Amino acid sequence: MTGTINAGAPRTLYDKIFDAHVVDRQPDGTCLLYIDRHLVHEVTSPQAFEGLRMSGRRVHAPDKTIAVPDHNVPTTPDRVNGIENPEGRVQVAELDKNAREFGLNYYPMNDVRQGIVHIVGPEQGWTLPGMTVVCGDSHTATHGAFGALAHGIGTSEVEHVLATQTLIQKKSRNMKVEITGRLRPGVTAKDITLSIIGQTGTAGGTGYVIEYCGQAIRELSMEGRMTVCNMAIEGGARAGLIAPDETTFAYVNGRPHAPKGAAWEAALAWWKTLYSDADAHWDKVITIRAEDIEPVVTWGTSPEDVLPIGATVPAPEDFDGGKVEAARRSLDYMGLTPGMKLTDIKVDAVFIGSCTNGRIEDLRAAAEILRGRHLAQGVRGMVVPGSGLVRLQAEEEGLDRVFTDAGFEWRLAGCSMCLGMNPDQLAPGERCAATSNRNFEGRMGRGGRTHLMSPVMAAAAAITGHLTDVRAVLAETA
Amino acid sequence: MDKFTTLTGIAAPMPLVNIDTDMIIPKQFLKTIHRSGLGKNLFDEMRYAPDGTENPDFVLNRPAYRDAQIIVAGDNFGCGSSREHAPWALLDFGIRCVISTSFADIFYNNCFKNGILPIVMPQDAVDALMKDAENGANARLTVDLESQTVTAPDGTAWPFEMDPHRKHCLLNGLDDIGLTLEKSAAIQSYEAQIAQSQPWV
Repeated sequence: MTGTINAGAPRTLYDKIFDAHVVDRQPDGTCLLYIDRHLVHEVTSPQAFEGLRMSGRRVHAPDKTIAVPDHNVPTTPDRVNGIENPEGRVQVAELDKNAREFGLNYYPMNDVRQGIVHIVGPEQGWTLPGMTVVCGDSHTATHGAFGALAHGIGTSEVEHVLATQTLIQKKSRNMKVEITGRLRPGVTAKDITLSIIGQTGTAGGTGYVIEYCGQAIRELSMEGRMTVCNMAIEGGARAGLIAPDETTFAYVNGRPHAPKGAAWEAALAWWKTLYSDADAHWDKVITIRAEDIEPVVTWGTSPEDVLPIGATVPAPEDFDGGKVEAARRSLDYMGLTPGMKLTDIKVDAVFIGSCTNGRIEDLRAAAEILRGRHLAQGVRGMVVPGSGLVRLQAEEEGLDRVFTDAGFEWRLAGCSMCLGMNPDQLAPGERCAATSNRNFEGRMGRGGRTHLMSPVMAAAAAITGHLTDVRAVLAETA
Repeated sequence: MDKFTTLTGIAAPMPLVNIDTDMIIPKQFLKTIHRSGLGKNLFDEMRYAPDGTENPDFVLNRPAYRDAQIIVAGDNFGCGSSREHAPWALLDFGIRCVISTSFADIFYNNCFKNGILPIVMPQDAVDALMKDAENGANARLTVDLESQTVTAPDGTAWPFEMDPHRKHCLLNGLDDIGLTLEKSAAIQSYEAQIAQSQPWV
């Protein structure tokens, strides 16, 4: 198979990975696709395991199934004593029971390797180039950073993958998003991904798999690439991909579940064929100059409501069609007035974490801004590492001290405020500068108001107490 | 899974664009380990005030729409998370069909697994059906999956496109897992091949 992967017509990276996983293809194009890695968390899996039991089925490939609780887990140290919320406790207990009964690879809540499923997978070397990776979670797109075809599925599909290790799929279309040139100082992977969604809209990627490419993407670390791919779903795409290269191989090499020795060499030989052929067909191409990307924030309740930090809050009349009413509703929910400067928006809370920006590099970048500075009066700040190992690494580097000296709370790993399924939530009307991925109404707590941005922008807002251009803070340091 | 063949029912208009899965079923209701019982919390934060009383202006609380079985929605319905709790909540409330110009990918897939028919139609058709839906309880739409039409109260039949495989499964209420397990030999043969060529997988 590896010998024929590049034979025939020119193909995109997505075409190559898809083709390599087809178990069965029907005349109408409906395919049975083999799944190499199945990640499982406690919220979207209980009904799937229940379905298996009711039909007397087993997990087909427990060795390719990885389970970790993340959505419900409290991020305070007292979680060693268990989860206080009875429903959350039952859900995590259910995952515990299912993982043990079906013999899955499992990282329990108090294991140091526990964390957000999309951070644990790559960190442990489960996610490898050329693989198909699914999870009952839309941010599975994250794993595309490795040149893996990765996407979210519903609970019925979770049950289907558990029972058969396959998924019924039809080919999506191919979209190329090229970021040419180099990013300017203060501009990060988060600004790239938000800016793309700002341009294409939350439905712009519907029906597509996106491959991100170009110099600015190549120059990103794996952490940055994961941030970009993580939000492919916010642009509506089935998946986001980045071709693997030396940066990828260096990250993967030596991870607990990465291939070793001769298997590593064989894997590497295949991985190096994983790129889009020069004359491959693209159904849609978007090109953005990296120099044109600025530090951005969201102002509304859709991830497409993106503006450069120097802009002003728009008016409903600035939009067309159904977006007029949506903008009016967003402004009302967010408590903003058209025409006000984004930098005049005061924040009550700052959240640094999530599967979008909870990796070591994100914490380093935020700490760099916060070093020797302090949270503005009245602002509460929370840093939630994406995994127990990220937390340990940060502590080894002394980042925890930087955050706590700045007045932040230093928490244990989990999804935390990003979706408010655990005790970390915003109060009604509370406004948060967040490094997470969704600014939907009620996402971080009923009535809570979310502005999405990069870790350095969140750190800048923490210091000043209002949305702030991080470049102003950087200029002050220089 | 229940079959979907034809449905005649009240259609509720929800013209807002980008109705996301957090609106359809907020995160606090994802803590269940069951599929049923989510209907009472469908659109919870739009439907109820913080004290739990009904918001009388919300469409599904208005007398004409309390028994709605169809939703006519703005663009990009179901965007956001992969939670299947969204179609479970719709189904539990009694919604069997959603009509929009576009759906988010995962939500769209999830509907078919639960006997809900998501219909994509061009803007002019959605606009016309939205107007019909705004007429309240007298405005019943008839959805026929076999003929792929939605018939408005005035008799206009709007056609829609549908993937033949999905249509077949929905018309017959077929269980995907059962169908796939019939291909176990192909799965095993694929696995044997991978064990040779990519032993690290």
